[in-house]
Amino acid sequence: MSEAATTAMLTTADGRPLKEALATAQARARRKAFLLVLPLLLFVLLTFLIPIGYMLKRSVEHDGFSASAPELDAWFAANPGFDYANPPEAAYAALVKDLARMQVEKSTGIAGTRINYTVPGSISLFKGGARAAKDLVPPYKEALLAVDAAWGEPRLWRGMESASSKYTTEFYKVASDRKLTDDGWAQGGDKERIYLYLFFKTFLVSGIITVICLLLAFPIAHLLAVLPMSKSSLLMIMVLLPFWTSLLVRTTSWIALLQEQGILNNLLVWMGIISDDSRLPMMYNMTGTIVAMTHVLLPFMVLPLYSVMRVIPPSYARAARSLGATSWTTFRRVYLPQTLPGIAAGSLLVFILAVGYYITPALVGGADGQLISNLISFHMSKSNWSLAAALAAMLLAAILLLYWLYDRLIGIDRLKLG
Amino acid sequence: MASTGQDDAFVAFEHVQKSYDGVSLVVKDLNLTIGKGEFLTMLGPSGSGKTTCLMMLAGFETATNGEIRLDGRPINQVPPHKRGIGMVFQNYALFPHMTVGENLAFPLEVRGMGKSEREAKIKRALDMVQMYSFINRRPAQLSGGQQQRIALARALVFDPSLVLMDEPLGALDKQLREHMQFEIKHLHENLGITVVYVTHDQGEALTMSDRVAVFNDGRIQQLAPPADLYERPDNSFVAQFIGENNKLPGVVEELSGDKALVRLATGELIDATPVNIREKGQKTLVSIRPERVEFKPEMMPAGIHTIDAEVVEIIYMGDILRVVLKVAGSSDFVMKMRNTLGQTRLAQGQKIKVGWHPQDARALDPM
Repeated sequence: MSEAATTAMLTTADGRPLKEALATAQARARRKAFLLVLPLLLFVLLTFLIPIGYMLKRSVEHDGFSASAPELDAWFAANPGFDYANPPEAAYAALVKDLARMQVEKSTGIAGTRINYTVPGSISLFKGGARAAKDLVPPYKEALLAVDAAWGEPRLWRGMESASSKYTTEFYKVASDRKLTDDGWAQGGDKERIYLYLFFKTFLVSGIITVICLLLAFPIAHLLAVLPMSKSSLLMIMVLLPFWTSLLVRTTSWIALLQEQGILNNLLVWMGIISDDSRLPMMYNMTGTIVAMTHVLLPFMVLPLYSVMRVIPPSYARAARSLGATSWTTFRRVYLPQTLPGIAAGSLLVFILAVGYYITPALVGGADGQLISNLISFHMSKSNWSLAAALAAMLLAAILLLYWLYDRLIGIDRLKLG
Repeated sequence: MASTGQDDAFVAFEHVQKSYDGVSLVVKDLNLTIGKGEFLTMLGPSGSGKTTCLMMLAGFETATNGEIRLDGRPINQVPPHKRGIGMVFQNYALFPHMTVGENLAFPLEVRGMGKSEREAKIKRALDMVQMYSFINRRPAQLSGGQQQRIALARALVFDPSLVLMDEPLGALDKQLREHMQFEIKHLHENLGITVVYVTHDQGEALTMSDRVAVFNDGRIQQLAPPADLYERPDNSFVAQFIGENNKLPGVVEELSGDKALVRLATGELIDATPVNIREKGQKTLVSIRPERVEFKPEMMPAGIHTIDAEVVEIIYMGDILRVVLKVAGSSDFVMKMRNTLGQTRLAQGQKIKVGWHPQDARALDPM
């Protein structure tokens, strides 16, 4: 105790507290170091953190309806908890006013699209309503219902109330396969579970690819680590070759190899192993996706494994052998445990890359081999940014969760990437 | 003393040759027998083939030709894990992902030994090196000397009758190394095991071994007990490699039995003992240990030839004084003087005459 007290009270020769003196002395060096990393920090901020932040914002924000329907916004704000099955005349009056304004401002499409996310069919409903709005006379309820009876649906009113606020969690609800019904949000039927099913499939396929990569990469990495330098550099070039080839060229070669009229099938038919009318479907399905992605991602498994194996001295294996272990026991109990950091790093890397992979499944996946990224891309191409952002955010969350699990189970400091 | 006869040889190398590339031989026709309980050291510069011999004995390298026998049984075709030889490696090779206890349990587990028996053996082995309290540590938490002890305990825990050590003390500092030399020596004596020890440190070889095999260029240059090796080297390589040596090149002027007279290049005559000299007129290299050179006439035997010398430098080394002399035209002749109270003090530039006992000057093959 007394020793700790004296340590805490240490001062410099001229009486300043030691900690303060140390901080001043090191401040200059720290500022310099900070200036050195500043460019990268700015780069990461501009090109990485800001876009991700923007994407996350888009997943909870959409003003397509709220900006074009001020009257209805005000009415919803003043009448919380109204009867969705039978909205009063005032609500219809506000709606008709807003529809007329949309027609003038040409914002019918944007507003209709916003509602369409939760209530399918709303785009055409809004277009029809807006065209008719300026000619409608009170009572507006009967008038609008006469234009289209769908204006009276409770789920439409629920959807419009929810969309009258700029911020919403609806996109996450849609992305997790929930549906807006007349009675509020509900779990969709089994056939409608496209997103969660695709998430599950993506993780499963990524897991399969990771395992195949590990099985293929382990012997290669070991060979790289034990071969003499001249031979291992040649092998290394062969491992890295996929990196240096255009993704499209690689993928196209797989198509040429594996398609139904492709080289492999022709060979099998020619050798009489399969008949001409039972050619194996290996392309434009899940098999194609797995084969092509494994090929692309293999170096990401080889390199961390190699970097770990290279520094395992051969004397460990020799020691184990001299102590009486068979070569299998030596591998299992001495070599394999020491490669674990490499296995963990490679698996994490391959898995995370595979989960977000887009081009390869898009090119060779066909209908069956699409992954979640392809769906995100699909929604982006349909200008459905918010839903795409919500799906991407869920993917990010899943990966962060995996990363956290990895850190808890293995420890991130044991990661060795090369 | 260990027996070294052919009949009860525990380890035998017979005409063993080893080539890695099929072009040159790393080990050339090795014949060596090691008796049970012997401490044999293979000493030599790097690349002399000593480690290759050890690896062939351990089973990590296969002999290109010849036969290796262990306890009368040929082991050329026996895989390393069935040879039952304990081995201590240069970098210890303790498994980093296992604790000390698990490291020691490893050889016992692969032999299918039960838990209680295992624990007793581990305790005995760790007590032997005074490391039982470290049983739950990992190798990374131990100092170099402690890791060395654990490596030793692991090599001994399964009671092998032969233990190989490949420069086991190379990574330790001088003081610790000397301490460990004694510990290994004592373990060897107490356990009665056979030890084959590889080193390039001649001091280590001389202090620990029953016999030393000096390797160079893939051959054993001399196989002898330490004292013989130091005092009676067979050839110039051994004389140069073991300890410090003065070499005087010359030509044999007279040869009679165990006496030779050598005329140096500068014309002086010196006395020497012929070792591998066959005839008069042959070129030779006379080697004399620095501590056997005398400069006081009363210390030299009567009737020997002395030679002129000039003091070039005197280096004070504490227990001894190293005097560098200019002898026969070259300034690298060294004389060691004990630093005693009554010792004559020499001065730089002083002219003296040096001589030696003819037995201490060995006329060897010219290098």
